Order: sequence, then C-alpha cells, then structure tokens
Amino acid sequence: MLSAAFASQLINLCAAVLLLLSFSMLAQRRTVALVNLFTLQGLALAASTLVVAASTGQNHLYYSAALTFALKVLLLPWILHRLIRRLDVQWETEGRLNVSVTMIVGLLVVIFAFGLAEPISALATTVTRSTLGIALGVVLLAFLMMITRSKAVSQVVGFLAMENGLFFAATSATYGMPMLIELGIALDVLVAVLVLGVFFFQIREQFDSLDLQHFESLKEK
Amino acid sequence: MSAAAIPAILNQLLELVLALLAAPLFLGWVNQCRAWLQNRSAPSIWLPYRNLEKLFQKDAVIAENASWLFRAAPYVMFGSMALAAAIIPSLGTALPSAIVADAIALVGLFATARVFVSLAAMDIGTSFGTLGARRAMMIGFLAEPALLMVIFTASLISASTSLAAIAEALVGRELVLYPSLGFAAVAFLLVLLAENARIPIDNPATHLELTMIHEAMLLEYSARHLALLEWASALKLFNYAAIGFALFLPWGMARGDAGVVELMFGVPILALKLLMAGAGLALIETLSAKVRIFRAPEFLATAFLLAVLGMLVHLLLGS
Repeated sequence: MLSAAFASQLINLCAAVLLLLSFSMLAQRRTVALVNLFTLQGLALAASTLVVAASTGQNHLYYSAALTFALKVLLLPWILHRLIRRLDVQWETEGRLNVSVTMIVGLLVVIFAFGLAEPISALATTVTRSTLGIALGVVLLAFLMMITRSKAVSQVVGFLAMENGLFFAATSATYGMPMLIELGIALDVLVAVLVLGVFFFQIREQFDSLDLQHFESLKEK
Repeated sequence: MSAAAIPAILNQLLELVLALLAAPLFLGWVNQCRAWLQNRSAPSIWLPYRNLEKLFQKDAVIAENASWLFRAAPYVMFGSMALAAAIIPSLGTALPSAIVADAIALVGLFATARVFVSLAAMDIGTSFGTLGARRAMMIGFLAEPALLMVIFTASLISASTSLAAIAEALVGRELVLYPSLGFAAVAFLLVLLAENARIPIDNPATHLELTMIHEAMLLEYSARHLALLEWASALKLFNYAAIGFALFLPWGMARGDAGVVELMFGVPILALKLLMAGAGLALIETLSAKVRIFRAPEFLATAFLLAVLGMLVHLLLGS
C-alpha cells in the first residue's frame, strides 16, 4: 500500500501526463507519431490504474491495469503500425490542420470539461475524484481530434483515445467498471479496430485515398 | 542598521555583480557546449569578454540620420536587463529591491527593452532593421502572455507575484510533485528559447540575412553601443536562466533569514545549475532545427497553452 498523500500526487501526475499527451496528439500532424503518442497514453493510463489499485487495495484494478497494458500498449499499437505499413501511409501527414487554432479551441474545451466535472467531483468520495475533470477533458479533446482530422487512420486513433478518456473517467469516478463490462469494452475496441482496418482497405479501393474529405462528394450529381 | 540587513544588502550587491560578470561567461559556456556537440573545436569560454573588450575600445560609427533614440536604446536595454538582474533572486531570497518590483513589472522591463531596441532598429530606416524589429515584436507579443501565465502558475502555488517570495515559498516546502509546475517549466523553456533568439526560432550564430531576427536589429550598431547590446543579450539569457532556477529549481538558494555563510554556499550551487542549464540549452539547440517564421506562432501558442494548462491543472488538482 502506498501512502495516501503520495498516491494522490502520483495519480495527479498521471492525469496531467494524460492531458498533456492528449494535447500533443491534437497537435501532431504525422500519423505514425500519432500512434506512438497513443501508445504512451495507454502506458500513462495503465500506470495510473496501477497506482489507484495499489493505493486503494481494489484487486480487480490490477487486472484492469494489466488488460490496459496488454491491449493499449502492445496489441492495438502493433495492429495500427501493421495497418499503416500495409496501407503504405507511413509518411502521411495532415496538411490542412491549423495547430494554433485547434489548440486554443482545445483549451476552451478543457476549461468547459473542468467546469462540468467540478460539481460531480465535489460529490464523489474516491481519492481520484479531482481527476474526473481531466478524464472528461481527454474525452472531449479526442472528440475534437476526430472532428479536425481528415485522414482515416487518425480518426481511428482519435476514437481509441476517446475510449482511453472514458476508461480513465471510470477509474477516477468509481474505481473502475465491473470486470465483465471492462472485458466487454476491451473486446469491442479490439473488434472495432479490426473491422475499421478492413474498412481502410475498402475506402482506399473506392477512393484511391484514405482522406475522408472525399466522402463529402459522395452524392450523385 | 540591523544585523539582518547586512546579509540582505550584501546579497543584493553580490547578485548584481555576479549577474553582470557571469552573463558573458554563461554565453561562452553555451557556445562552447554547442561547438563540442556539433564536433567543432570550441572557442574559448572567455571569447565573449574579449569581444566586449574589443568593442569597447573602438570608435562608434553612427548613421547620419540616426536620432537620439538610436543612441539611447543600448543604454535603456542594458539598464533594464541590469535592473531585472537585481530583482530576480539567484543566490538568496532576501532581496531589498524585490519589494520595488514584482514578476509582472519584470515582464514589463523585458518589454521596455524590446520596444526600445525595435524602435531603434527602425530608426535608421534600413530594410533589415525594420524586418528584424517587426519579427522581434511578433515573437515578443506571443511570448509575453505565455511568460506571464508561467509566472501566474507559480504565484498561485505560493500566493505572491514577487519572485523572491515565490522562491522563498518553493524552497521552503518539502518535496511535492507539482504537475502544474511541470507544465509551466516546459512552457517557460519554450519562451526562453524564443525570447533569447535561440535556435528553433532564431539562430544566434548567424548573420544570414533572411532568417535572422535579433541580429538584424543590431546590424547598424558598432563599438560601445554594440558591446552594450551584446552584453545585455547575454544578461537577458542569464536572467531567464535565473528566473527558471527561482521558479523550478530553487534548491540551494539561501532563505530569507540566512547568514553570510549560506549566501556564499549559494555561489557554487548557482554555478553548478548554470553549467547544467548551459549544457542542456546547447543540447536542445543542437537537436532541433530552426523553424520557419510562420511556424513561430504555433511554437509560442504551444507555450501559452502549456502555461494555461498548468494553471488549470493547479486549480483542478490543487497541486
């Protein structure tokens, strides 16, 4: 067991790192670097879950930390890297992304999330309650990332980052979801990535590109 | 005069003299590290002093259409930097002059120096001077809010905007992990690089016309004016390093009630910090490439964002 004060400092640190990584993902133009940042985010998430587990003695959180590590640090990045190699988009960048404006909007979104979470954290009794605002911020930033991106792979990374945020929210609000639900979500995410991987190839076959802007001219003339 | 006032006044004098003397040395150390990292044979660490000595001995040449502003700017710049060095605690937190001006006034001092040098650069009417001045003002107006936010984050933790009081509060506490200060530290590093014409934004080692910012403003200066401006730039870098130490690495600084002995212990600790900071700065400059001027707003928006995030994280997590 860790001492409560030190554990809460460590959790706060992990939360801050998660938020920082969300912002760097928002600002990252290169797809490969985006996947690496997602890996780091998974690592921070696993670390924070581990700290919560060690400080509260909730045994099921150890399993969920291990699951997070296996899925989000090892398996999903491996699948994504493989997909990127197979699709031959290693050097793909988001050319039209306006980083400064996106980041300022991201900042407003985070302020909104913090304000939103404050009354909820005031009611909660967990040691992690103050990080709820950050968890909501990570979710909304991932949303923003999906909105601003036009490449298919980055959108999928945005979707996965959103799941990271939700998982973190669950850990900080109620010490995690029941194991069964967690397993179900993990499986869902895995299947989603596999199915979207198949989609990528279909999209490329149809449009000769993974740029989703092409979807807008889909209607028949 | 009370017994406690003597170390304070000694501290004040020592800090000012040390800053004036050590600033060119610090610059020389950074240049030396840079040369080593880039596989060049390094210039002497004393080179900035020799350069200053050479420039002070020359006769000044001033353009015919120069106004008083052109002549006054080097003195204003040097004066503001020396005054800033007197406000920033580097050896001990008992600074009599810290009561006069807080961190916000310090940012104002930096702004005064910037405005005067930019105006002087435009005074002659050459295109390079104007170009450099405009770029410097752009960088400055983006970097300033970020710097203020960094200082506000530290002030929130210590409930004061006076740098001496902030350092006093931070050096006195037990070791606590402050994620907010981490954010602020990264933001401060970005501001330091941009404000001191360091590599991702400007290259301090070149007179290559179209990319320079700081050097372009000094093109028309010669002799003692140039010497003062170069000394002031070195002092500015030293000041920024000292602000960084006061906010993020205050350990080893003499507390308010410390005696002369603790103050003297501060000198080697400060030297050690400067050695590390200089090596780190050279490493950053070697590893990064200069960004296009149009990417500079992005760079500084990141700094601003990190600083504001630091503040928000502090408000949310209370740490």
